[in-house]
Amino acid sequence: MGEALIRASNMAKWFGEGEARTMAVRDASFEVQHGEMLYIVGPSGSGKTTLLSMVSGILKPNGGKVTVEGRDLWAMGDDELADLRLKRIGFVFQDYHLFPRLTTLENVAIPLILKKVEWNEAMRRSMEYLEVVGLKDRANLQPVKLSGGEQQRVAIARAIVGKPDILIFDEPTASLDGDTGRKIVEFVKTRILDENRCIIIVTHDSRIYEYADTILKMEDGKITGVEKNHLHEK
Amino acid sequence: MKGIFRIALKLLVNDKSKFTALLVGITFAVFLMVMMMSMFTGILAKSCAPVYNIGARIWVMDPAVNNTISSIPMPDYVLSTSRSIEGVRYAVPLYYGGAQVKLKDGTFQSVTVIGLDDATLFGRPELIEGKIEDIFAENAFLVVKDAEYAKLEKPTVGTEFEINDNRGVIVGLARVASSGLFGVPTLYTTFKRAVTYIPSARFTTSYVLIEPKSDTDIPRIQREIRKIGYDALTSEQFVRKISDFYTYKTGMGMNIMLMTAISFIVGLSISGQTFYTFILENLDKFGAMKAIGAKGRELISMILFQSFFTSLVGYGLGVGAASTFMTIAKLRLPEYAAQTTFTILGFALLMVVVIAGISSYIGVRKVLQIQPFDIFRG
Repeated sequence: MGEALIRASNMAKWFGEGEARTMAVRDASFEVQHGEMLYIVGPSGSGKTTLLSMVSGILKPNGGKVTVEGRDLWAMGDDELADLRLKRIGFVFQDYHLFPRLTTLENVAIPLILKKVEWNEAMRRSMEYLEVVGLKDRANLQPVKLSGGEQQRVAIARAIVGKPDILIFDEPTASLDGDTGRKIVEFVKTRILDENRCIIIVTHDSRIYEYADTILKMEDGKITGVEKNHLHEK
Repeated sequence: MKGIFRIALKLLVNDKSKFTALLVGITFAVFLMVMMMSMFTGILAKSCAPVYNIGARIWVMDPAVNNTISSIPMPDYVLSTSRSIEGVRYAVPLYYGGAQVKLKDGTFQSVTVIGLDDATLFGRPELIEGKIEDIFAENAFLVVKDAEYAKLEKPTVGTEFEINDNRGVIVGLARVASSGLFGVPTLYTTFKRAVTYIPSARFTTSYVLIEPKSDTDIPRIQREIRKIGYDALTSEQFVRKISDFYTYKTGMGMNIMLMTAISFIVGLSISGQTFYTFILENLDKFGAMKAIGAKGRELISMILFQSFFTSLVGYGLGVGAASTFMTIAKLRLPEYAAQTTFTILGFALLMVVVIAGISSYIGVRKVLQIQPFDIFRG
C-alpha cells in the first residue's frame, strides 16, 4: 500500500470555553487510501460530522493534523485551502444544497465555473456528468422538479464534475427511502469510486454498511472501533 | 461575461418575484427623485426666464429685489450714474411689471409687461411675425407666443385689446427662450409706453441693464453701483439670487429636498429588505459554494454584481419612466415646469449607487458570516 491519500492524526475539536466547553472530537486518528470507501458511523452527536469537516478542510481543529498526500491541510492559508477543496474535494451535502433558481445542468457546473472554466465548456462537461448519473434528459429542469433520488444524483454529479480525488458524503441516504438510498450508494461504489479516488461517507444508516471498505465507529467524540470489510479487499 | 457573474445573474433574475420587487422599489425611488428634482429645476429655470430672455450682462436693482417679478422701481439718477461709470459701454432702463388686459368677453387676464429702452430696444425678443420697428407705432405691443399665449385668445398682428383702460394693438408675435413661472402671457412694448399705460409709483425704472466694455470692468461697475446703494449683479449672480430665494426662502427647496430624501428612503427600504430576504433564502447555497471552494471575494463580487445590476436597471427604468411622464405632461400642459439636467441624473445615479451599496453590504455581511461547517450541521 502506498502513501495514504488522507491521514488524520490525533484530531481534537471542542466548542465553547471554560465550563461550557464541549469536546466534539478527541484523539481521532485514521487513514484513507486511494480507492477506499470509508464510512464514519455512530449515533447523533458522536462527532462524525465534526470529524468529517476537519478532514475536508472546512472546520479548523483545535489539535492534531490532517494531511492530503503528505500536505498539511491546516497549514494552508484560506485561499489555498479553498483552492484545494475546489480542485481535490467533492462534497455531497445531506440536503444537497442545489440552487433552486438554476437548472440542473447549471447546478452541476458550479465547481467548473468557480475554476473559471469557460461557460460553454463547463456546460458541455457538466452534461457528460449528468449522463453518468443518468439525468441527461433532466438537464434543463430546475431541481425542485426532480425527485429526492434525482436531486441526490445531481449533487453527486456536481461533486465529481471537477474530477476530485476525495469525495465527501454527508448522510447520503438520510432523505431517501431505503431502496433509493441503497441504489445511490451502490451507484457511487460501482461507478464513481476508482483507484485514484477515496470516498468518505458519514452515515448512521446500517442498511448501506455492506458497501464500505472500512467503517470507523464513533461515540462521544472518540473513534471506538475500526472494521475492515475483507470481502472488498483487493 | 465571467461565469460567476452569469450564475449570479441567473440566480437573481430567475427569482422573478424578488427581482420584480427590487426593480419596482428602485424604479419607483428613481422616478420620484428625478421627478422632484426636475420639477424644482424647471421651476427655477422658469423663475429666471426674464434674465435669460432679456440677455443683459449686468442688472442693476434695489438690494431688496430677490426675483424679477418683485422689482422695486429706482430713481432716474441710477441710470445716469450707471452711464457715467468708467467701463460701461451702455446702460439702458427696463420696465418690468404687471397689468390687466380686458378680453373680448369682458374678462380680465393678467399679463407681464416688459418696457424696452426706446432708443435701443435692448433685450427685445426674436420676432416670428411682424416688424420690430412697428413697436414704435401708436399703442403697439408685441406678444410672446409661448404656452401662455392662448390665454389672450391667440391674438394676431392687428388684434386690438384694452390694457388698463388704454387701447393696445398687437404689432408682432415673438419667441423667447423660456416662458415665465407664473403662467401669465408676456407683452413687450417701449419703456415710455409701459410707464405711461401702467400705473406706477414715483420712480419707474425697474432695472438698469448694463453692458460692460469688458469682463474686467465688472467689479468696478459693481463697486460704483454699490456706492449709491444699489446692487449690480451679473446675470449669473442674479439667477443664483433668484434660485436661492425660491430654494431657501419659500419652503419649496426644503419640501423638494424632503420628498427626494423620502424617495431615497422608500427605495432603500424596499430594495434593502428584498435583497436581504433574497440573500437569506440563498444563504445555505452560498455556504455550500464556500464549502465547494468559492472564495469570500468571489461571493462578494457575485452579491455586488446582483445588487448593482438591479440598481442600474432600476435606475434606467426610473429615468425612462420620469422622462416619459414629463414628455406626456408637456404635451398635455405646455407650461408644465420640469427640466431634467445631467446633474439630476448624476445625483439620482449616486443615490442608486448608495442604495446598491447599502443593500449589498447587508448581504455581504450575512454571506461572509456563514461558515461551510454550518451547512454540514444543517
